[in-house]
Amino acid sequence: MVSLEDYHSDDPIAWCPGCGNFSILEALKNALVELQKKASEVVIVSGIGQAAKTPHYLRCDTFNGLHGRTLPVATGIKLANHELTVLAEGGDGDGYTEGGNHLIHAMRRNIDVTYLVHNNQVYGLTKGQTSPTSEFGYVSKTTPMGSLNPPMNPLLLAIASDCGFVARGFAGDIAHLSNLITDGIEHKGFALIDILQPCVSFNRVNTFQWYASRVYKIDDGAGYDPNERTAAFQRAQEWGERIPIGIIYRTERLTRDEQEPAIKQVSLVKQGIDQTLFEGMFEVFK
Amino acid sequence: MGVDVSIRIGGQAGQGMQSISFVMGKIFTRHGYSVFINQDVESRIRGGHNFNQVRIKDEPVHAISDKVDLLIALDKGIIDQDLPDLIDNGVLIFDGTTTGFTSDNPDHLPVPLEKLATEAGKSKIMVNSVATGAALALLGYDLQPLLDQVEEEFAAKGKEIVESNKNSASAGYRYVQDNFRGVSPYHIPPTPLTRKKLLLNGSQSMALGAICSGLKFYSGYPMSPSTPIMEFIASVSREYNIILEPAEDEIAAINMVIGASFAGVRAMTATSGGGFCLMVEGLGLAGMTETPAVVVIAQRPGPSTGLPTRTEQADLRFVIHASHGEFPRAVFAPGYPEQAFYLMGKAFNMAERYQTPVVVLGDQHFNDSYFTVDQLDLDQIKIDRGHILFDDSIPSGDAYQRYAWCESGISPRILPGHSGAVLYADSDEHTEAGHITESAEAREQMVRKRMMKLEGMRREMKQPEAYPSSNSNIVLIGWGSTYGAMKEAVDLLNREGLQTKMLHFSEIYPFPSEDFAQGIKENATFFAIENNYGGQFADLFSFETGISVSHKILKYDGRPFSPGEITAQVKKSI
Repeated sequence: MVSLEDYHSDDPIAWCPGCGNFSILEALKNALVELQKKASEVVIVSGIGQAAKTPHYLRCDTFNGLHGRTLPVATGIKLANHELTVLAEGGDGDGYTEGGNHLIHAMRRNIDVTYLVHNNQVYGLTKGQTSPTSEFGYVSKTTPMGSLNPPMNPLLLAIASDCGFVARGFAGDIAHLSNLITDGIEHKGFALIDILQPCVSFNRVNTFQWYASRVYKIDDGAGYDPNERTAAFQRAQEWGERIPIGIIYRTERLTRDEQEPAIKQVSLVKQGIDQTLFEGMFEVFK
Repeated sequence: MGVDVSIRIGGQAGQGMQSISFVMGKIFTRHGYSVFINQDVESRIRGGHNFNQVRIKDEPVHAISDKVDLLIALDKGIIDQDLPDLIDNGVLIFDGTTTGFTSDNPDHLPVPLEKLATEAGKSKIMVNSVATGAALALLGYDLQPLLDQVEEEFAAKGKEIVESNKNSASAGYRYVQDNFRGVSPYHIPPTPLTRKKLLLNGSQSMALGAICSGLKFYSGYPMSPSTPIMEFIASVSREYNIILEPAEDEIAAINMVIGASFAGVRAMTATSGGGFCLMVEGLGLAGMTETPAVVVIAQRPGPSTGLPTRTEQADLRFVIHASHGEFPRAVFAPGYPEQAFYLMGKAFNMAERYQTPVVVLGDQHFNDSYFTVDQLDLDQIKIDRGHILFDDSIPSGDAYQRYAWCESGISPRILPGHSGAVLYADSDEHTEAGHITESAEAREQMVRKRMMKLEGMRREMKQPEAYPSSNSNIVLIGWGSTYGAMKEAVDLLNREGLQTKMLHFSEIYPFPSEDFAQGIKENATFFAIENNYGGQFADLFSFETGISVSHKILKYDGRPFSPGEITAQVKKSI
């Protein structure tokens, strides 16, 4: 039996008291235990930012790489050893600005990686600058007159990219978020989970109360079908008075890893190196 | 006097110069000669001024020739521009009808290439085969090897194409025999088919070396002149179970390589200088997380877009210093395909044994040129994956630390997914366990641990190739693709009574020990031969050895050195 204790890390946590990251960490651990994933089967790749410190606070294999570069590293790991459960984790700056190009192409590849984006609509680690998801007019040290750029909508981008699993969670609802992460990991292919996360130190606009009074579960009440792409486009644009959380869009298509002929039989890392294979390889050059 | 003939085939991009030169290269390699083919092309798909030059010798050859003996002009532009390059008594083959060129010179031979192609091969496209046949006739070589080669080359395209090409080749051959018998002063004695040697370009030799070293994962973004490496690996990826992932950019490419390598397979990427600019951040990541990574850079003139299809050696200083911060790396620069093949093996071994990035530098001249290679010996690539712990040897619980302190600087790796031990790799400065730290002691310890690897690496760097081994007053130093031109220049200078030797460095950083300096005369004059403006290697050499390099022969016009060019410049300076 895998228990929460298996994922316990002694590394002292460096987040601000009251940070939404604590809830996301808890939801992630719950999901891994719920799925009975052994820690040795799981690798978390993270970038740079407060969110990207998360894997240090779990006890499983970790590659804490560069800002914005989580997804290429995660892709390399997954292709080299597709038996691993690979997660990627970072903030809105990491995923949506610095790593924007990689996100588009990870979705296109449909590599079987679950990507958690802690979206607090502000740059936290660099102490409070405007991020790609900050509201239009957001005042910060880098936009003292208010941001002149509208926020990007990562969910719309993901649906347009035909990402197979597009969800939004809220750090204030751990049980709901935990289920989303469970579903995201179980989904075959790339899963994007955008997580609304209050930043207690820097974001005075999008506070816990601000989110809590607006979010609603998309599958509450009248049946919402996440397989309907047009509906998903519509709901992904909902923002302001009401903000949907839950699985916004789902679709199944072949993943990059399952299409790869080189690993049809056994993972790349288990294949070893057999030099006798190469003996005839020079003949075509003669 | 042995055989040494140089044939230039020029025309517009898309006219098939490459195919003519390749077919000739293949024929002579198969029949025991040595061939060197270089490519001088513009960055365009059609048109322009382009040529391929085939040099055929009866001894090993690694450099372009200073002379053009035979010029095959497929358009008027080549005649206008390249006729002055033809030596006295050199022979020009041209199509009088299509080029509108006329000449009274008895060495300028009008051959109706297009007419013969249309008649014998039923298509203008067959001009290549006509021209190849004509050239072989001029060289006094047999026709049959060409027919055999054509048969093999086009077999996949069907019998009709094979026959048309054979007929065209024969028509070109016969036309020259009938009309211009005895005109050409060149004669390459027909030799039996041996089919022992290989015809390889630099990119192929690097790709083969990587594959034979157990490459399992490649990611890259096409960039001239490195692209043929990616294409070759892709072409055999199915056969050898290699995953090749086209990356969205070079940043992704190197990060995917790092991911795959972290997960436990041999992984590499290749690019040119501009792409490497984007990879630099990832190079530092490999250094910091102590993840093996092999990067091939086929240099081209920069900065920025530069000259995409031409050659330069101006990225050495960049590569040695690339990335912020300090970490160990190795830099290799092969001079010829055999060396590149074996160096790729060494690159993977060193990357894994020292858990750090290794860069192998080629350039357009090396990567695109074809060489006759006597043999490649698979047994000489010994795979050493370094210190990796597997299940039964991994300490249980929290006893394992990824960056455990040790004098060699090389802490044992484990691979993700292997056991109960947990693996933290971090780009932040980290503790021995791999967790983020701000500790001054831990920082100092980790910097030292990483940098200590350099000493081990330095001990493994091979001495430069000294040619000849005897003592000399003049020493030419160089690295990478200038190997062939330098070596031949040394022969020319010695023949003229100037005692000269070459030191060719293929393992450049960390700089090899100074053993090679023993036996060099104290009053020797050093010449650096480099395809760059700054004499980058000369500076490194002087910095590392304290020996001053008084003369620098530098070339940065995007074209390779010829032996005669080096010889003339040395003589001028002495």
